Amino acid sequence: MSRIHVTTTINGDETEYLCEPQDTLLDVLRDELDLTGSKEGCASGDCGACSVMLDGRLVCSCLVLGAEAEGRAVETIEGMASGEELHPLQQAFIDKAALQCGICTPGILVAAKDLLERNPDPTEEEVRYWLAGNLCRCTGYDKIIRAVLDTAADMRGAA
Amino acid sequence: MYPVSYHKPASVDDAVKALSSGEEAMVLAGGQTLIATMKQHLAAPSDLVDIRGIAELSGIKISGDTLSIGAAMTHAEVAASKDVQKHIPALACLAAGIGDPAVRHMGTLGGSVANNDPAADYPAALLALGATVVTNKREIAADDFFTGLFSTDLEDGEIITRVDFDKTEAAGYAKFAQPASLYALVGVFVAKRGGDVRVAITGAGDDGVFRSEALEAALAKDFSEAAAKGAGVSADNLMSDIHGDADYRAHLIRVMAARAVAGAA
Repeated sequence: MSRIHVTTTINGDETEYLCEPQDTLLDVLRDELDLTGSKEGCASGDCGACSVMLDGRLVCSCLVLGAEAEGRAVETIEGMASGEELHPLQQAFIDKAALQCGICTPGILVAAKDLLERNPDPTEEEVRYWLAGNLCRCTGYDKIIRAVLDTAADMRGAA
Repeated sequence: MYPVSYHKPASVDDAVKALSSGEEAMVLAGGQTLIATMKQHLAAPSDLVDIRGIAELSGIKISGDTLSIGAAMTHAEVAASKDVQKHIPALACLAAGIGDPAVRHMGTLGGSVANNDPAADYPAALLALGATVVTNKREIAADDFFTGLFSTDLEDGEIITRVDFDKTEAAGYAKFAQPASLYALVGVFVAKRGGDVRVAITGAGDDGVFRSEALEAALAKDFSEAAAKGAGVSADNLMSDIHGDADYRAHLIRVMAARAVAGAA
């Protein structure tokens, strides 16, 4: 099988890579591009640890082929902070201890950022539904949900 | 995953050619089931034909009383469509409740229908609404399309291009989701046109999606929650598994049917 040449944009930077047809976007991000923030949990689309944005839509990068990123824009956890300045969600997760082992955290942050961009004032139910595809086996979710709701309130106050 | 070849055709004709080029070529319509299945080595296609760049498979249109949804439309696009929300609100609601956001952003109507997972949501909608599956070769009535677990009437080299839904007087969908997978443990779609009521059940049948004669007869006489709850739904030919036995599923069918009727619009 011949490798596929892909030109895409990752966190705003034009990027080219070669991948095998069966390589997932997650394989490419982690193994080719050294962007190891996106995690492989279940590898079957259940856990959401590999969540990234593809053309502005939240997806599981383990269920997207690297070849599918051709001509599209990918955003990963590595693009979330502005230089040294953490995104308010990242800071809130640290301040409120909304993580334990941390494997699910990048995916949850990517998903939560997408939610707040679509809906700056979500209800608790809406947060829980939006994060339904992101599993955390440590926290019991409560601190995560509260961190997202508190960040939403802070960001509305700052706007 | 085993090695595979990847094709991204720009037209249905090119997709059909690509499908015939490989020994065991498969359509990649969203990948939310297929890629996971390939990783488990339960599917090992020689070629993947990615149909999402094909303009003919895209779009949502209303002409007269018919709503046509392109096969490559994602669940999120169907859920957000003003045309779907206006024409058949229950269908938009069903699409908004499939899996989680990541699945809804990639999974497509055509992919879901062609896969015919016995716990998928869309097959119930197509069957209850009496939809027509349009392919590159012919039109297939939903009653003839679903032929058992993960089986359809589709032939080799046949690609779903769109699904046509006729307007209903009232339609509703309610599902009891299996909380881990978010698939339907039981999902019931009801559709009423005058005195004719069609009821399709997903998640429960041991041979996939099916119509419930008992519920159809009860609701044709009296389209009410009480009639749905009182219908004589049998546990025969229902699935029993670790998530629920056949009697529990029969109970859930009545409860979900009542909720679908209550929410019908």
